Amino acid sequence: MPHAIVMFLADSGALAAGTEDPAGKFIRLLTVFLLAMWVGFEVITKVPQRLHTPLTSGSNAVSGITAVGAIVVAGALATKFGSLLGFVALVLAMINVVGGFVVTHRMLGMFHPKKK
Amino acid sequence: MSTQSWINLAYLAASMLFIVAFKMMTGPRTATRGNLVGAAGMAIALAAACFEGPVAGSLAAHGPWTLVILGLAVVIGSAIGGALALLYPMTGMPQMVALLNGFGGAASTLVAGAELWNATAAAKAAGSPPVPWTQFIIATALTGLIGAVTFWGSLVAFAKLEELPSFKKAWTDPRRHWINLGLALLTLALVWGVGARPSSNLLFWALVVVGSVLGCTLTLPIGGADMPVVICLLNSYSGLAAAAAGFVIDNPVLVIAGSLVGASGLILTAIMCQAMNRSLAGVLFGGLGTTAAVSGDDVYAGRVKSASAEEVAMVLEGAGRVVIVPGYGLAVAQAQHAVRELADALEKRGTTVEYAIHPVAGRMPGHMNVLLAEADVPYEKLREMDDINPTFPETDVAIVIGANDVVNPAARRIPRAPSPGCRSSTSTRRARWWW
Repeated sequence: MPHAIVMFLADSGALAAGTEDPAGKFIRLLTVFLLAMWVGFEVITKVPQRLHTPLTSGSNAVSGITAVGAIVVAGALATKFGSLLGFVALVLAMINVVGGFVVTHRMLGMFHPKKK
Repeated sequence: MSTQSWINLAYLAASMLFIVAFKMMTGPRTATRGNLVGAAGMAIALAAACFEGPVAGSLAAHGPWTLVILGLAVVIGSAIGGALALLYPMTGMPQMVALLNGFGGAASTLVAGAELWNATAAAKAAGSPPVPWTQFIIATALTGLIGAVTFWGSLVAFAKLEELPSFKKAWTDPRRHWINLGLALLTLALVWGVGARPSSNLLFWALVVVGSVLGCTLTLPIGGADMPVVICLLNSYSGLAAAAAGFVIDNPVLVIAGSLVGASGLILTAIMCQAMNRSLAGVLFGGLGTTAAVSGDDVYAGRVKSASAEEVAMVLEGAGRVVIVPGYGLAVAQAQHAVRELADALEKRGTTVEYAIHPVAGRMPGHMNVLLAEADVPYEKLREMDDINPTFPETDVAIVIGANDVVNPAARRIPRAPSPGCRSSTSTRRARWWW
């Protein structure tokens, strides 16, 4: 596990300079992927059934993380068509993110005793 | 430390916050804060992304235009998302979540498409043959495919949950299995094609189109009470699409957040299927869900007594402990407030009232809990299935509302309580009540 974190933090400047082979890069990401899946399984199995709806909509908001990718590709302004796609992607992802978190907040608000 | 290292550190912080957020979702007291922690993680990740190499490079070359464009997209998206979330009625929550989920999937597809387009354009400009980097091209193809399936699947789920007229009936054409099989084989061929000819953007978009059709044909046959499973599965897909997009642009935070969501969706899917005594394949390909199946008369013949509302009231009057088993029918009829009033009336007479919640009750995972919470039913009275099943022998009356499948004697999941064993319909409600 500490090894994975070290790999995670490895300066990707070295990667850009091509000092690491593509397979190494891939294995690093694959490590992160599998460990995160495992953490996900461990954490989610402990969520009580009563909270499954807010969990679904909360995790739905987190899946809008693809907005990070949209920022990188839209902000690069490399090609016109690519930037247009990136722009639309960013709009859609932000709908997902903001809508998801706000819906979850509203939903969880109902689980609290109403203030009168 | 280089800028990239600071960015990676911020991504790590964001990933940790996501995990903490999921962890806090395990308790009703911490869940609200957990959601805010998740939002904070997202804000950190988005801010860090603005310092990424390509963005910084374009900022140097094009000046503030870069930020104007990014800011515009963020403002438009946030405004639409916020408005949808705040203005959409609470009763429409399941379809709202489905819709938002679809947008996430579509965004992942577009990110992959844009990356591929930029990469091929850059290779052409440099005059070099596009050297496909295997991870990049495979991840691009998979992101495009999963994202497209997620988007169109979610749109169909939205239409079904919104009860749009043309989507009311599940698609039960027996040829659908062959159509799906054909489409699945076609997607495999196209994934291979994109990998073999990475310079061809056309093959990628063909894959997206086929994936879109597949998303529709996979979701159309599923309906009714199986919808929670579909929602879970699509949720999982949108996470996996984001994780795949992380492999496209070599971004750890996408991989981590995406796989967390992917795992959570898969777990919930498994829980739902197990609770329904059905296999995932059975839900996906069975196309059961519309309430055709066996006619109740075959099962209950001679054992069912019809009763009027007055007779039921008399039975309830003598009961010391009442368990209410709400289901999909209650969710559709929006009868939670009426149920709450009934429970109030019973409690005033000293009767104990509790709610037995089946994991799949409602129109999305755990939906019944939200509906009853909305009607101000105290959280402590909502009991999970395994928790309440042993108490049925001490229960005088079980009221089953729109959940005839969970008490199906053939399934024997809930021991038959000494219930009135009758069904009556009240004309004052939109849907029929099954007692």
